[in-house]
Amino acid sequence: MADILEFTYEISDDDFTRAGEASSDVKKKLKKLGVSPDVIRRVSIALYEGEINMVIHANGGKITIQISEDSITMILDDKGPGIPDIDKAMQAGFSTAPDNVRNLGFGAGMGLPNMKKNTDSINIETKIGVGTKVTMVINL
Amino acid sequence: MENYGKSVYLLENQCKGCTNCIKHCPTQAIRVRNGKAVITTDQCIDCGECIRICPHHAKRAKRGFIDAINNYQYTVALPAPSLYAQVNHLDDVNILLTALKDMGFNDVYEVSAAAEIISEESRKYVAEHKDQWPLISTACPTIVRLIQMRFPNLVDHLLPLITPAELAARQARARAVERTGLEPNQIGIFFLSPCPSKVTAANSPIGHEKSDIDCVLAIKDIYPALVDSMKIVANHPEELAISGKIGISWGITGGEAGGLLSDSYVAADGIENVIHVLDDLEDEKFSSDLEFIELNACTGGCVGGVMQVENPFAAKAKLQKLRKYLPVSAVHAVKTYPYDANWTKEVEYIPVFELADNLKESMEKLNQIQELCKQFPGLDCGCCGAPTCRALSEDIVKGIAKETDCIYILKDYLHKLSDKISEI
Repeated sequence: MADILEFTYEISDDDFTRAGEASSDVKKKLKKLGVSPDVIRRVSIALYEGEINMVIHANGGKITIQISEDSITMILDDKGPGIPDIDKAMQAGFSTAPDNVRNLGFGAGMGLPNMKKNTDSINIETKIGVGTKVTMVINL
Repeated sequence: MENYGKSVYLLENQCKGCTNCIKHCPTQAIRVRNGKAVITTDQCIDCGECIRICPHHAKRAKRGFIDAINNYQYTVALPAPSLYAQVNHLDDVNILLTALKDMGFNDVYEVSAAAEIISEESRKYVAEHKDQWPLISTACPTIVRLIQMRFPNLVDHLLPLITPAELAARQARARAVERTGLEPNQIGIFFLSPCPSKVTAANSPIGHEKSDIDCVLAIKDIYPALVDSMKIVANHPEELAISGKIGISWGITGGEAGGLLSDSYVAADGIENVIHVLDDLEDEKFSSDLEFIELNACTGGCVGGVMQVENPFAAKAKLQKLRKYLPVSAVHAVKTYPYDANWTKEVEYIPVFELADNLKESMEKLNQIQELCKQFPGLDCGCCGAPTCRALSEDIVKGIAKETDCIYILKDYLHKLSDKISEI
């Protein structure tokens, strides 16, 4: 019996246009599971923000999705530069994205705030020069 | 679950059991079983892609035929605007409309005229419902079905107005009753359609109860007779046209959006492009001040329908030329009958893709699908009758396919079997 369903995705850093593939696949799976449309929307928005962050700031990483009967947990693990000031990073509009990324319309400083807004809990473990692990939970 | 008759069906004796249709169906609604294609009607959105792609012409659209005019005392033809783009050198729409009467209809009512009214209603609705931006056009029934099945979060963005064809049918019936004094049910309303999707919509309307369209004919079926009649009436056309640029432009992508007189819109066509737009819209990738999204399942818009005759790009060029000298809108110059263009019936999410009706069971099934999927080669060859290895895994879990439907698994199985036999 599957008490927890787990899926993992490797996020590569070399192709911007592929960012969003994981959230799109998770979205499809949640629809198959019959999860409510509102939860699907929140998962997909939070996860997409996370994916973009991983591509922009951390040269990719790994996403693990765990689905239980009570909750959906999204773990985004990267070996990027780490976040120096989490409080600042959580502020709407604060961004350290480079110009080339902003020119594409990303890097508006809404990533983490949107992740927080759309999930029931968010936990960020980060170490400068080592990486960042973001764990988001949405209750069912 | 809502159940509605579908228009697309299979001619079994012509089906060779190839993999073309299963590969092109945007909702993966087709499987090949026992050498023949089988459509899961619950998942079919009547887009007509399988009709388009089938090299053996084994897919058809159910539709009416013109002999049905004999069932009524008085008949009105409703030409879709895209019909005007099917004939060459049309510089006066009245010739085409008069030809329809020559073919046996008592009267004509242009769908493009009703489209101008819907454009006006849309402008009002969009302006008054900022909370629903971007509103998604609902003129293409395939798009609405697709959203109902695959994009639950976008259902609230659907523009809740009836289609121009439906409004045209209501106006035409009211006008016919006034002109003839007949009972409404003695009048036959015939829509000349570009696609099977509108046939389905007439049988099982979206957003309202019974349709006022009595019969849907395919443009390609009436085309030869229409061209002949046009030659007959070319020199003495009646003044029947009551629509202008805005209405006629609905036949091509961008026409409906253009009728909103706002530049805050996105217009996309071709079913795969549409799905891409909807996916991104669901992920809120479009600007929040975007007002409107026009989506057409067929490339080019209705001129690209599978029941058309002309190449969609050539048709578009013809429509652009035809509309050039028309007034912007003309329906206001004629009498309109009282109408309510709003949807009167809720349009809801239809969860046809769910694995089970509770989360626990769905999770179990999804897990089994994941495990099964690992065994298959991932070639998505379609030889098993399912479009992808993943779809096969899902079918097995649903109990409608077996592992040895995969020829690679079967090959291994036969190897093992022959090894065993040789051991005896």
